[in-house]
Amino acid sequence: MSTTTSDVAPRYNDDVVRLFTIATVFWGVVGFAAGVFIALQLAFPALNFEPYLNFGRLRPLHTSAVIFAFGGSALFATSYYVVQRTCQTRLFSDGLALFTFWGYQFFIVIAALGYVLGVTQGKEYAEPEWYADLWLTVVWVAYLVVFLGTVIKRKEPHIYVANWFYLAFIITVAVLHLGNNVEIPVSLTSAKSYPVVSGVQSAMIQWWYGHNAVGFFLTAGFLGMMYYFVPKQANRPVYSYRLSILHFWSLIFIYIWAGPHHLHYTALPDWAQTLGMTFSIILWMPSWGGMINGMMTLSGAWDKLRTDPVLRFMIIAVAFYGMSTFEGPMMSIKAVNSLSHYTDWTIGHVHSGALGWVGFISFGALYYLVPKLWGRDRLYSLKLVNVHLWVATIGIVLYICAMWVSGIMQGLMWKSYDSMGFLEYSFVETVVEMHIFYVIRAMGGVLYLTGALIMAYNFIKTVKGEVRRSEYPEMTAQKGTEALA
Amino acid sequence: MLHHHAKLERKSIVMLLFIIVTVLVGGIVEIIPLFRSETVIEPVEGVRPYTPLELAGYNIYIREGCYNCHSQQIRPLRDEVARYGHYSLAAESMYDHPFQWGSKRTGPDLARVGGRYSDDWHVAHLKNPRSVVPESIMPTYSFLANNQAELNEIGEHMKVLKMVGVPYTDEQIANAYVDGMAQAHTEDTDENVAGLLERYGDKINARVFDGNPEMVTEMDALVAYLQVLGTMVDFSSAQSIEPAGDVAADAPAEDKAGE
Repeated sequence: MSTTTSDVAPRYNDDVVRLFTIATVFWGVVGFAAGVFIALQLAFPALNFEPYLNFGRLRPLHTSAVIFAFGGSALFATSYYVVQRTCQTRLFSDGLALFTFWGYQFFIVIAALGYVLGVTQGKEYAEPEWYADLWLTVVWVAYLVVFLGTVIKRKEPHIYVANWFYLAFIITVAVLHLGNNVEIPVSLTSAKSYPVVSGVQSAMIQWWYGHNAVGFFLTAGFLGMMYYFVPKQANRPVYSYRLSILHFWSLIFIYIWAGPHHLHYTALPDWAQTLGMTFSIILWMPSWGGMINGMMTLSGAWDKLRTDPVLRFMIIAVAFYGMSTFEGPMMSIKAVNSLSHYTDWTIGHVHSGALGWVGFISFGALYYLVPKLWGRDRLYSLKLVNVHLWVATIGIVLYICAMWVSGIMQGLMWKSYDSMGFLEYSFVETVVEMHIFYVIRAMGGVLYLTGALIMAYNFIKTVKGEVRRSEYPEMTAQKGTEALA
Repeated sequence: MLHHHAKLERKSIVMLLFIIVTVLVGGIVEIIPLFRSETVIEPVEGVRPYTPLELAGYNIYIREGCYNCHSQQIRPLRDEVARYGHYSLAAESMYDHPFQWGSKRTGPDLARVGGRYSDDWHVAHLKNPRSVVPESIMPTYSFLANNQAELNEIGEHMKVLKMVGVPYTDEQIANAYVDGMAQAHTEDTDENVAGLLERYGDKINARVFDGNPEMVTEMDALVAYLQVLGTMVDFSSAQSIEPAGDVAADAPAEDKAGE
């Protein structure tokens, strides 16, 4: 069976891609499970087990597990796969590539252990302490060397558009990581450090980092994925080369400015808030340009959506990308933000992007990759892909609807006055109203996790070389004749 | 444009440099001017660095991830000022490395929680939030009452903070441990308490916060930190630097969101 790809095997280094693929599935399940657990903690506080398993320590564990462990491994796996195919050359250095795998996994583990033990910088999505930051820097430089080295020794004259996005993701994440982690450890034997900047400046730098962790880690990198796997799966060229260029340069230029929308009405100077808001709204355009480029790649191949659940994953992902990149600019408008900020609406927004866009485009890419990487002709079951798709989609809908309702409701309750001119609700009265939505949200998470487990099962069967005979009647017939012969 | 881009996408290093320049612009424009702090942080009376015990409490606040559910940033919106007090000023977090403004209010804002509740309430609430707020969904933190506050190295922490601009004096650093112990453990240490007040000011809360005079615990440290939040600024002097007709300290502020 593996003979189908044996002519390709020596040309490309797929060992490291396979390792990162396994890590992606593993961390996905872990990260989603952590999410379900902390969602349940908010609905049922008795599930907090002090001190190690309290919400405050587990929430960074969840965010890091899904963003950096799941998302990061998916980006490593796909970028290494894509850069080799589109450059028609093997990875720059097998040894260094393998180092990025083990180095990155080691980073994830030391960061996660830190959170549970209470070692954190207390900056959202940049919680790892100085020693983990240093280690990540080393790993990331190795990643840049492997990726850029491969691009440099390419056999194709042009650099393919997916690689522009991957390259921008890698270099900008490096800039953000260095910029946001200028800190001084208390001593070389102490896990604790203090950042050099404080107050307003640390807030601005943190959200310059934080928003662009979304913009470059969770968007640019995954757009690279979109620009390779959607055309591949649809067997159509990218819709517009011109739009790709426009999409790329405008997206990376504008995204960087959007950070201050996390700081509306705070002590950050007004001019910075307004600038952040303005660029956030402008950002809507390149985002939708990218969405259109991805969607329209199906021109002339729309019928494939009827028969191909893998392509369906990718297109729903792009649709969610379009939805959250409209919702984001809207929420960055100060008047809207005065209601939405500090509420669950933000959490719902993030998850429509994370579960819908990042998750689904990754699942689509994984379903494309796994049979190829393990030399199988097809997935174990396409029906299970479809079950995964719908279970996960219903999960997302439950999740984001619950958060829309709870977020907007809580925002309105906070601002509600009685006829005497006093605030109508105490804070805890608004908390009580959240309960049912937290339960619904957790149910949505359970569905999403269930989908990922179905995917993992499908992959294990696929890797073992099994196929669900009932789905492929023509194969059963073939096998029958082989057996006779 | 397409023609030029076709050239660009044949040169990997040039492309890399173009990307770097493109992504640097926004950050430079938005971040660099903030370091001209005289235009960013309005000076107000009263903001001081944390005492050693409060600093230990601040570190516990970060360690436990309190910022995941509690903000410390009151926006100049009518309902927020009515609920939480005067909107937050930049100066109030100028010694927070890093800022603790937060991004989500699963629980209420804590920017001005200092002095709102008694120490006993905080201790009971941290040990089991539902004992005082039955509907609360906050985790329990009873272990804090059994852990000794980490004050042995707090002077080293203050040295680092001094390096990054927090104006701790050499005397404050030299006496860090004694001051930390004195703030929560007032028995037979009158002299030390006097030293603490002398070094940090008369308004310091020096008392047994957790009801246990035998040991200075993490509960003492965290409650000392919570009790000082939002209480440093002298708003009677702050008012004078704000234009007439602007927000007063304790009256509901005008809604700056506007119509």
